[in-house]
Amino acid sequence: MASDPNQTEERHGWKWLLATPALIVLVLAASGPLMIVVLYSFLSPGNMGGVAWEFSTDAWFRVFMRRDIFDPENVTVNQAHLAVLWRSVWLSAQTTVICAVLGFPTAWFIATRPPGQRTVWLFLITIPFWTNLLIRTFAIQEMLRNNGTINTALMWMGVINEPIPMMFTDFAVLLGMAYVFMPLMVLPLYAAMDKMDFRLVEAGYDLYASRIAVLRHVILPLVKPGFIAGSILVFIPSIGAYVTPRVLGGGQKMMLGNLIALQFGQGRNWPLGAALAMVLLIITVTALVLYLRAVNRQEDKRDG
Amino acid sequence: MARQFSISRLPGFGAIALLTFVLLYLPIIILVVFSFNENQSQSIWGGFSLRWYEAAFDNQQVRDVSIRSLWLALVASSLATILATLAALATTRVSRFKGQTIIYALINQPLMVPEVVTGIALLIVVAFIKVQTGYTGMGYLVLAHTAFCIPFAYLPIRARLETMDRTLEQAAADLYASHVQAFRYITLPLLVPGIVAGFMLGFVVSLDTVVITEFVKSAGQDTLPTYMLGQLRRAVTPEMNAIATLFLALSLCIVTLFFLVTSKRG
Repeated sequence: MASDPNQTEERHGWKWLLATPALIVLVLAASGPLMIVVLYSFLSPGNMGGVAWEFSTDAWFRVFMRRDIFDPENVTVNQAHLAVLWRSVWLSAQTTVICAVLGFPTAWFIATRPPGQRTVWLFLITIPFWTNLLIRTFAIQEMLRNNGTINTALMWMGVINEPIPMMFTDFAVLLGMAYVFMPLMVLPLYAAMDKMDFRLVEAGYDLYASRIAVLRHVILPLVKPGFIAGSILVFIPSIGAYVTPRVLGGGQKMMLGNLIALQFGQGRNWPLGAALAMVLLIITVTALVLYLRAVNRQEDKRDG
Repeated sequence: MARQFSISRLPGFGAIALLTFVLLYLPIIILVVFSFNENQSQSIWGGFSLRWYEAAFDNQQVRDVSIRSLWLALVASSLATILATLAALATTRVSRFKGQTIIYALINQPLMVPEVVTGIALLIVVAFIKVQTGYTGMGYLVLAHTAFCIPFAYLPIRARLETMDRTLEQAAADLYASHVQAFRYITLPLLVPGIVAGFMLGFVVSLDTVVITEFVKSAGQDTLPTYMLGQLRRAVTPEMNAIATLFLALSLCIVTLFFLVTSKRG
């Protein structure tokens, strides 16, 4: 839209000042504290939680390595931390795949409904997205408990005699995360399909392509941006998940978020918690950067 | 009837889609159904009863945390909406200026950073300030929730501003309206749907926030979600289902309202 450039120039001279109250709040309660986490990760732990004001890289060392208590020379890899780190990445990757496998047909289904119906189906996907994550996790817990819905139903049907223990397993955490983050995959996939030119699909069939060939060579490349966006939207909250692994995984099947929280509770090692939080942040930012790169590459391809 | 060849049909997709919808809704429906159960069980039906709703209403603690949650959501989302409106006015429809990227990054930070990281970051700062000043009131939670709600409130307000017809403001300026008058009588009324949507989004987000509250709250400052999180560790009764159902109903009302407000734009 053409607008008077002089007017715009005049405007921004003072206009940005309007953002200051919001920025002050954000610096006080978001960016500032984050900087302090960086600082704390380089301090020594205090006796009763908190920190001692001495510079130390011990927290970062402890993220990956451990020293034997009796023999400080004996340095080994910190198996417990690496196990949690690996579980977080692996479960998040699996969650993303499950969401994609179920989300793609679901988005396709919605995108191919008549326009009037589409809004209803879309609304049905959006509702869980807006309902409390804790309540949805609670609903999954009710399904999986030893005397929960699934076990009760299976025992009533005579399939099993004893309840199958499902709570506090990786499976429970995986199921819970796929359940709570599913809408985040379906919505961007749907957005990509909605923009798709269905004549291209038709052209594919006209040229005697099979359904699989059309799916692989026409549809999938066209909705790739949706896949990329959906994957990042599912992966990022999964890797940072705290509530779902806490409720469904318990103390045994911790993820990174729970390990971080533990250091500020019973662990009483705030610098270690801060360093672990930085590790989580680095993973998240890396995922975001990879995402932005992929988006740029897509755009370059389209322009070129 | 022979099935017509449809270009948009992919075999098995419909079945998987319907399965997904069933999987998404079944646990919630079961949760709601058993909130009306006569007996203690959450998986064996014993007849219809409202006893768990009565129990929830009679529970002083549940009343306290619910009121605190609603109060906090109201205060935080109101503040966030005001701040986000100002920020949106500052960052939209201006030529690019130095520091714009930094402002965007700051506003969107709560969306990018995992909640648990923001949570422990706030815990560290709040613990420090508590020791220094001795203040343990709700101020910390209000500030934390406000900051967290700003990006959510900002999005619809900014979207509204960007799609707004600028000719009306130019007409006002041509008719010698001052900046303030043009804003008061033209921009603001046009912006109202965006502001309402931003407020509701912030309200829902604040109401749902559990991780940040969990780390920031002092003793006796439980909100409904942190209270529920604490209760889930024990053997829960259908009273929890009843509370969850009421909570769901409230969220559903707000979301429906949100859709009505945002879809009415024209």
